[in-house]
Amino acid sequence: MNTLNRRKFIKLIGHTGAALTVMSALPSCSKTSARVVVVGGGFGGATCAKYLNKFDPNLSITLIEPALKFTTCPFSNAVLGGMRELSSITHGYGVHEKRGINIIHAMVTGIDASNKKVTLDTGKTINYDRLVLSPGIDFKWDAIEGMQASDALTIPHAWQGGNQTALLSNQLKNMRNGGVVVIAPPGNPFRCPPGPYERASLIAHYLKQHKPESKILILDAKEKFSKQPLFMQGWQQRYSGMIEWVSGNSGGRIERIDVKNRTLHSEMGEKYTADVINYIPPQKAGAIAHTAGLVNNDGWCPVNQRTFESTMQPDIYIIGDASIAGKMPKSGFAANSQGKVCAAAIVSAINGFKMPEPSYVNTCYSLVAPDYGISVAAVYRYNKDKGIYKVKGSGGVSPKDADAEFRKLEARYAAGWYDSITFDTFG
Amino acid sequence: MQYKPPLQIFIFLSLIHVGNFSLAAGITAGAMLSNSCSACHGTDGKSPGAIPGIYGKSADFISQALTDFRNGSRKSTVMGRHAKGYTDEEIKLIADYFSSL
Repeated sequence: MNTLNRRKFIKLIGHTGAALTVMSALPSCSKTSARVVVVGGGFGGATCAKYLNKFDPNLSITLIEPALKFTTCPFSNAVLGGMRELSSITHGYGVHEKRGINIIHAMVTGIDASNKKVTLDTGKTINYDRLVLSPGIDFKWDAIEGMQASDALTIPHAWQGGNQTALLSNQLKNMRNGGVVVIAPPGNPFRCPPGPYERASLIAHYLKQHKPESKILILDAKEKFSKQPLFMQGWQQRYSGMIEWVSGNSGGRIERIDVKNRTLHSEMGEKYTADVINYIPPQKAGAIAHTAGLVNNDGWCPVNQRTFESTMQPDIYIIGDASIAGKMPKSGFAANSQGKVCAAAIVSAINGFKMPEPSYVNTCYSLVAPDYGISVAAVYRYNKDKGIYKVKGSGGVSPKDADAEFRKLEARYAAGWYDSITFDTFG
Repeated sequence: MQYKPPLQIFIFLSLIHVGNFSLAAGITAGAMLSNSCSACHGTDGKSPGAIPGIYGKSADFISQALTDFRNGSRKSTVMGRHAKGYTDEEIKLIADYFSSL
């Protein structure tokens, strides 16, 4: 019955006079044709659109996403590791369309909050009653000297899925045996905190098989990173001597990149020349959040963490990496979780119901090797004073002393998680 | 024009309860808690891959599993870490929600 929308309902019973009687006897029915526009078809936006429809099949939902298909960042490191093809992490919007969600492939160029409409790059405008933005991240290219956005074609960040992943993958394939790969992760906060270290692991997995004389150097802006003891233990076990991590204070913080000579200069004067550079710039909320004036001084979007409604504009909600979501990390999983809470908040508000207290979850699996998985998880709740907080006693990382079977099972569940979350988001 | 009340009444009643949304009461606390499980276990607990599904399991089974994961009597990779985030009452809401799908 979830798929029985209002149109079909009216069509089914509409040929009798009883239809009108039934509809008018149920005033909340007439309220539910509100227009909700969702901008961004990643883990946040696609999930939100699906659950808006699931919670209230009579809403008029439009999902606006420039790409015809969405290539995920999760499991893109498996592509770099030679374990997967890009096509296996690429998803379309066919199921959303079948549900009756209107899909528009265009870029939103402007938001008129007072007249409640968005403008597309095609020139078209679309009116909304509630607007959800899930614009992901944009990069702070001015954070270091010598790099600009167009240099990402030579020095890929691969921190947005698709072409960037393919570019880095090709550079690794074309690299000589004995080459040096530099990964330069940003300071906090950024998308997918364990991502750069999983990337180092799976690139090492690839190099170990095909170019075993090569090295990976992680030049970090930070002093510590997500799941650090587990990653380092895994590197020791599987890639001894191949991966070196340099913390920010030990010369890892980069202030200039010489793109032409593939050389990085640290703030302490060290010079590192590499065969392949994967510079991951510091980040901010996706461009449209800036255009629409929904960001704070740090470039992220403050929201009511119970509903994800912007604290700067009413009836506009921001979910996923772009939002400031208390203790939750910026991850595809978190965006999926927030998409559902936000959908519940909007449907409750439109229909005049009390929203249930939100509950959020995050689990980030990382692969150290194809048969070696580790994870970090937490359950989150909201209160007015703390915003989104971690439930005491819940969550944590995989045990340090786990055996090979445990790591293998978590690697299996990592793949299972990918199948499930992409089904929950796009399916 | 032929009048067929039984079909109309059936459709009308069905619309009142559509899974986790009811026009009379809104989104339930059970749905809110349970929807966060579906990122790993699939929408409505229907897992397409390696992670065990929840769909079709009884309330007793789900409730027992979560309780055992939480106190460590059932070994797990990540479920123990998750189950510790829920009270007895919340476990019951989750168990009742999934078993009602």
